Order: sequence, then C-alpha cells, then structure tokens
Amino acid sequence: MSSRYQPMLLRLMGNSRWRGYAAAIFFLCILMPVLNLVVPPGNLLHVSDFTISIGGKMLCYAMVALAMDLIWGYTGILSLGHGVFFAMGGYAFGMYLMRQIGTDGSYHSNLPDFMVFLDWKAYPWYWTGTSHFLFALLLVVLVPGLLALVFGWFAFRSRIKGVYFSIITQAMTYAFMLLFFRNETGFGGNNGFTDFRRILGIPIATSEMRMTLFALSGLTLLAMLWMSRYIVDSKFGRVLTAIRDAESRVMFSGYNPLHYKLAIWTLSAMMCGVAGALYVPQVGIINPSEMSTSNSIEIAIWAAVGGRGTLIGPLLGAGFVTAAKSWFTASFPEYWLYFLGLLFILSTLFLPEGMIGLFRKLMEKRKLMGKSR
Amino acid sequence: MNITKYIAQAILVGLMFAAGAAHALTEQDMMALSSGDNDQRIAKLATVVTAGDASVIPFLNSLENDEVKYTGKKVYIVNDKGTVDAATGLAVALPDDAQDVINNNRMRNKLDAAIAALNLESTDAAVRLQAAKTLSQSDAGESTLALVKKAEKIEKNPEVHELLVEIRASIELLSGDPAVRMQSARDLAGSTSSDVKDLLASRLLPGGETDPDVRKVIAAAMHTIDKRLSYYEAAGTVFTGLSLGSVLLLAALGLAITYGLMGVINMAHGEMMMLGAYATYVVQNLFRHYLPQWFDAYVIVAIPVAFVVTGLVGIALERTVIRHLYGRPLETLLATWGISLILMQLVRTLFGAQNVEVENPGWMSGGVHLASNLVLPYNRITIILFAFAVLLLVWGLLNKTRLGLFVRAVTQNRKMAGCVGVNTARIDAWAFGLGSSIAGLAGVALSQIGNVGPDLGKTYIVDSFMVVVVGGVGQLAGTVYAGLGLGIISKYMEGFTGPVMAKIIVLVIIIIFIQKRPQGIFALKGRSVD
Repeated sequence: MSSRYQPMLLRLMGNSRWRGYAAAIFFLCILMPVLNLVVPPGNLLHVSDFTISIGGKMLCYAMVALAMDLIWGYTGILSLGHGVFFAMGGYAFGMYLMRQIGTDGSYHSNLPDFMVFLDWKAYPWYWTGTSHFLFALLLVVLVPGLLALVFGWFAFRSRIKGVYFSIITQAMTYAFMLLFFRNETGFGGNNGFTDFRRILGIPIATSEMRMTLFALSGLTLLAMLWMSRYIVDSKFGRVLTAIRDAESRVMFSGYNPLHYKLAIWTLSAMMCGVAGALYVPQVGIINPSEMSTSNSIEIAIWAAVGGRGTLIGPLLGAGFVTAAKSWFTASFPEYWLYFLGLLFILSTLFLPEGMIGLFRKLMEKRKLMGKSR
Repeated sequence: MNITKYIAQAILVGLMFAAGAAHALTEQDMMALSSGDNDQRIAKLATVVTAGDASVIPFLNSLENDEVKYTGKKVYIVNDKGTVDAATGLAVALPDDAQDVINNNRMRNKLDAAIAALNLESTDAAVRLQAAKTLSQSDAGESTLALVKKAEKIEKNPEVHELLVEIRASIELLSGDPAVRMQSARDLAGSTSSDVKDLLASRLLPGGETDPDVRKVIAAAMHTIDKRLSYYEAAGTVFTGLSLGSVLLLAALGLAITYGLMGVINMAHGEMMMLGAYATYVVQNLFRHYLPQWFDAYVIVAIPVAFVVTGLVGIALERTVIRHLYGRPLETLLATWGISLILMQLVRTLFGAQNVEVENPGWMSGGVHLASNLVLPYNRITIILFAFAVLLLVWGLLNKTRLGLFVRAVTQNRKMAGCVGVNTARIDAWAFGLGSSIAGLAGVALSQIGNVGPDLGKTYIVDSFMVVVVGGVGQLAGTVYAGLGLGIISKYMEGFTGPVMAKIIVLVIIIIFIQKRPQGIFALKGRSVD
C-alpha cells in the first residue's frame, strides 16, 4: 500500500515541500494575525475571533488525526484510546490553568472551586508542582506517554493485535471516563476544569492570546507533520509499514515488533497529549466527556475519511468531519448522527483509501483521458 | 338520580361506621384523640391501643388520612363520600366552625403504630405482615406491647412471627426488669435485621444498659447477628453477581456467535439489545391498550417478537453492509459503529430521547425475602433462569440442528463447506441474524431490570466484549464461565471499592489475565488457530 502512496506524497509536496511549509508558516504567523487583529471588524477581510477559535480547535484535532495515522495508517494498529491521551494532555495542562486562577474563583480560595465544594483542605499529591509552567508542559507529554508505554507494553508483549487490541483500548477508554467522572478522583468530576483566567499571568480571554494559541497550534502541527514525515521515510518507518502488512514476516526476518510498536504507540500518545494541552485553553473547558468511547472512534473516522497512510489525508479528514459537525449541529442537530453513521459506513465500504485516494483516482483518470486524446 | 345514589352511599357508609364506632369509641374518646395537646392525644391513643379493640381502626385511619374535623363538641369525618358525624355515623352537614385535626410527624408515627398493632389480629396474613413491618419500623413503645405479645402467641406465619418476636424483644429491651431484658436480648440474637443490631449497639453505649450480665448477653447477641448478616451479605453478593453475570452472559452469547464464530466485530450489538428492549416496550403498550386483562403475559409475547425483529434487522445489515467487509475486521468495527449511531438516532427520532417506561408484569415484581439484607427479586431470578434457557437454546441450535452444523462447518473451513454444497453466503446471513436475535432476547431481559433508552446498548457493549475476550473465541463454555465469573468478581469488588473502581480493577485483571492466556479461557487448538 505504502509503495503506492509514496510517489503520490512526493508529488503532492514534491519539490515544493519547503515552499509549502513556508506558506503555512506565513499563513499562521502573519496573514491570520493581521486579518484578525489589524484589519478592523466590519471590513470584508476581517477574520473573526470565532473563526480563529474554530480554526484552533481544528488544528488540535488535526494533530490527533496525524497521531492516529502514524499508529493506524502506518502501523496497522487501530487505537480506540486516543481520546484518553488527548484528554490527559488537556487535564495535565488544565491543572496548571486551574492553579493560575489563583484566588479569583467564586470562593476566593487558593484551591479550585470544585475542591472547596468537596471540602478538601489541600491539593492532592498528584497536583504537586503543577503550578510551574514547565513542569506542567512536561506532564502534558509524560502522563499520556507513560500510560501508553505501560498499557502498550502489556498489550503488545502478549501479542494482542487487530480487533482485540482495539477492544481493549476501548475498555481502557471506558474505564478512564468512569474514573474521571468521579468527584473523588480530584479532577472536577463531570464538570471538569473550566473558568480559566490566565496563562503565565497573561489574561486568556483576549484576541491576542487567542491568536497566539492559534498560531502556536499551527506551528506545532507543522512540526509534528515534519517529524512524522521524517519518521515515515526513515528505516524505522519502513519497519512500521512492514509490521502493518505482514507482522509475522517481520518477526521471521529477525526484528522484534514489540519495540517498534511500543515506540510509535507511545509517540502517538504524546502527540495527542500536546494536542490536548493546546486544545484546552482555546475551548476553555475540559471534562470527562472528551474521554467518551465515541470521541475516540470519531478520531479513527477522521483518518479513514481523509485517507490512511498519507499523513496529509487525516488532517483533511479531521477538518472535514469537524466542519461538517459544527454545520450540522448548528443547522440540523437531528441529522448529525445519521450523517456521521453514514460516513462511517460509506467511507469503509466505498472509500478504503479516503479522500486522498479518491483525489488520486480522479487525477489518474484525467491523465489517462489526456493520454487517449 | 345521581344525588339519591350519593345519599344512599353516604348513609350506607354511615351505618357501617355506626355499627363499629358506637361500641368502640365514645364521642369523648374521639374528641380526645382529635384535639388538644399532642402528648395527651398520644396518651389517649395508648389507652385505646391497650384496650385492643380492632373496631377502632376505621376511625384511626380517618384520623391518619386527615379526614377528621371537629368543633367544640362534635367530631366529623369528611371524605369524598360526604360528611358524617363520627360518633353516630349519620350523614350531617359540616358546621362552618369545624377545625382540621393537625397531625405532626410524631403523631402520624404513633397513629401508624397504633393501626398496625391493632391490625396484628387481622385474619389476612398479608395485612398482619404489613402491620408487623410498619410496627418494626416505628418506635412502637409500651402501649403496643400487650397486643404484640398476644399476637406472637397465636401467630402461625413464620415471617410474621419472626418480626413479632423482634418487635416484642425490642420493646422489652428497655424494660425495668433485668431478667426480661436479658431474655429479650437472647430473643433478638435470632434476628437478621441490621436495625436490631443498631438497636443492640445503642444499648451498649454509655447511658444504655447498666447490668453487666445483660451487657454480656447483648454483646453476644450482636456478634451472632453480625455473623449471620455477613453470611447473608456474602450470599447476596453471589446472587447479585450471578444476576449481573447472567445479564453479561445474555449480552455476550450473541457476540459469541457473531464475533466468536464468524469473526465479525459487531459494535452495533448493543443497539440490537436496545431494539429488543424497545420491541418489549411496544408489545407492552399494545397489551396495555388492547389486552389489559392479559397484561401480565406481555413479556412472554415480547420474547418471540424481539427475537424476530432484531433477527430481521441483523439479516438486513449482513446483506447490505457486513457482507462486503468479511476479512477486514477493523473496517467492520468502524462500519458497525456507524450502524449503531444510526440505530440510536433512529430510536431517538421514533421514541424520543428520554427513557421509556417498561413495567414488570405482576408475577415479576416483589421478591423472596430471606433476611432484612437479602431479598432476591423475582425479576432477577427470572433473568438468571432466562439466561440459562437462552444458553441452552443457542447450544442446541449450534450442536443439534442442521443450521448449527452448517454454521460450524463454514466457521471451520469456508471453502470446503462451499464445495460440499453449503450455501455459505446464506449461512453467514442466518448466523448473523441469529447472533442479533440473541441480542434482542438480551434486550427483553434488560428491559425488565434497567432503564430503556437510546443509550442502553452503549452501557453493555464494552462489558460484553470483555466477556468474549476473556472467554475465548469460538467456545460457548468460555463465554459462560467468563460471563458469570466477571459478574461475580465485579460485584464482589464493588463491595470494597465502589462500582467505578471495581470496573477499573476488573479491567486490569483482564489485561493481566490476557498476559497469561492471550486466547482466553478456552483457546481453540489446532489448525483453525490463525
């Protein structure tokens, strides 16, 4: 499969790859800020804060879709637990954001409102150090990474694969959702974290901050894309694709798939953690519903719709599904689940290679027609 | 016409009252019970109860139901049948200056106890049982003691008798005579009620029992009750675990066919259960509207209806979607998830997003009362039996019928089965339909013990997949052991950790278990292993 995609990827980005990155950076760091902050509202070219926040959300989803592509598209492991890693990154950074509220909460206590409400007198031990920005950033990657490492080690070691693995990850997701819904867990129960005030002492609810987070998300996504491409093109990436296509043969050739799978699985989880950390300040809330099993499966459909094993495809898929969701839930909330359900069915039945595959087929057809003419 | 009937009724009721009331309570008694200081009313009530005349019950009931009004010298009973003079029972007009009787909670409690104590002599065992239960909940007090003792002597029904002993001993525990107290503590040691234990414990606190010998007996009684209670509690855990396990078994049996035999991951399995539950709901409503006299039988009819409906849906899904995805399990997973979303939304559109109400038929409500902390509800017992009946059905279908033979043949070697003339595509459809039908049956069962709503399936899908994963693929026996085992383990853990932590611990146990036996409890051996 991959051998067929590879030339196409090169064609898509090709020599213009670096130009593409440069254009994206210009778009994120200069064009959008100017249109949002400098061009006055009411002007035709003005980009509203709302658009920026939707865009920022999509960029975070795109990171998760990219992480999903690495593990599913390239390694053939369908994870139904990426929502947990995403939410864990969100919660880890959310702890820092909660600390930043300081005494501005409704109870004017040093503790977050939900702890006051539970009549807790001090932070539980796992909140230690979360008031330090850098430590919180470390947690954002370490917590999902560590969870993935431990879980993956147990699962891959006993050679749980295919659907078995998917089901086990779904069970993990379910368990974590239940855990985080409890007040006693110390993460705000079903309300989660919200009402954030500032990051690094700077107020959060300003256009400038929103723009900064948007640009930061975009740059992170670009960095991840660059890293993913590097990984996929490396020898390591080739082994991953080989594991996807014929794991037994990889083993017979003397490789131990465990280490490869574990590495990409953990990396993928960390990417989700980063995405979650960028997501939370932009939407202003994190609660356990982010961990629901349906959210995790939706991530898989982003990758499937866009086209697995293409890196770019899942980004498009994430954007497309998210856009469709916000359009449907605003205009026809009744029909959103019908649409999503059909998307699941039709894309698996008729679009095994996703939108990118469709695009490629159309291109080939045009080429053939051009030749025959 | 109506008015004459009305008056006739009123007179009849009045006469009935007159017959009893005239003997039992004088107008002064009634007045004393209805008006004045609460302490005096309660004292009066005590004398009435001590007299032990059951004919005063109607008046006490009226008092309890706030039907009694009084003026300076007369007492009236006002209810939807009209107004009567309480003493004579004759219909009268209510004077303007009649006041309502005010009953506070203490007074109500005493009235309840009084009525219950008087009801202990009823000829109807159910009434006596209810009375004894009420009495054991209320702080009965000395006034009922004589009646309770009298009833205890003649009571034949063991359940009522046990309660009576308990009530009597609880009252006598506060008696002035140490010998009586000691005897009552001994009697209480036979109890199975945690309330009795609490009562005994309260006597051991400072300010309670002072006599050292009695204290010893009380401590011993508490210990006996404790031991018995923990024994019953363990039995209860096993029962609820068995009940949860049988639900899991029902949910997983269908999966054992679709996933275990066919290798199809059906994420819409939970929604099939939901459809089964909604089919039950529809059948229930049809019965309620058209055959109310047969209402108790609706569940029996719902079983084949749910079986057929979900089976047809299953076959339709197999023909349209799943057929195209054989051999691509991950894609099947996603596509069936899509189906589940559509089915959920469809049910929301048709029946609304709220839970619908499914009522237990009469023979399924209530339960076997073994002890105060151990009641086995009939619906749970029915479902355990039902689960095993379905298990038997599936086993029979797979092992004793031609269809089962074909299903097994196709599972083991699709090509060879095709070569000898089995229509494999049709068998796939039948097998998937069968798996879905079993889910529908599970839905009927679930509708009797839990909420029926569009999200019903999602609650069980993770658990039932865990059962199949632990049980191993392709074996019914594994599903049975895993279902019941996981059910009992979860309920046992819940006792220590609460439901959420129990779920997490069970999941961890499963992951560790899979380390040891990646193929489940009963692994397939030989060539059919991948």
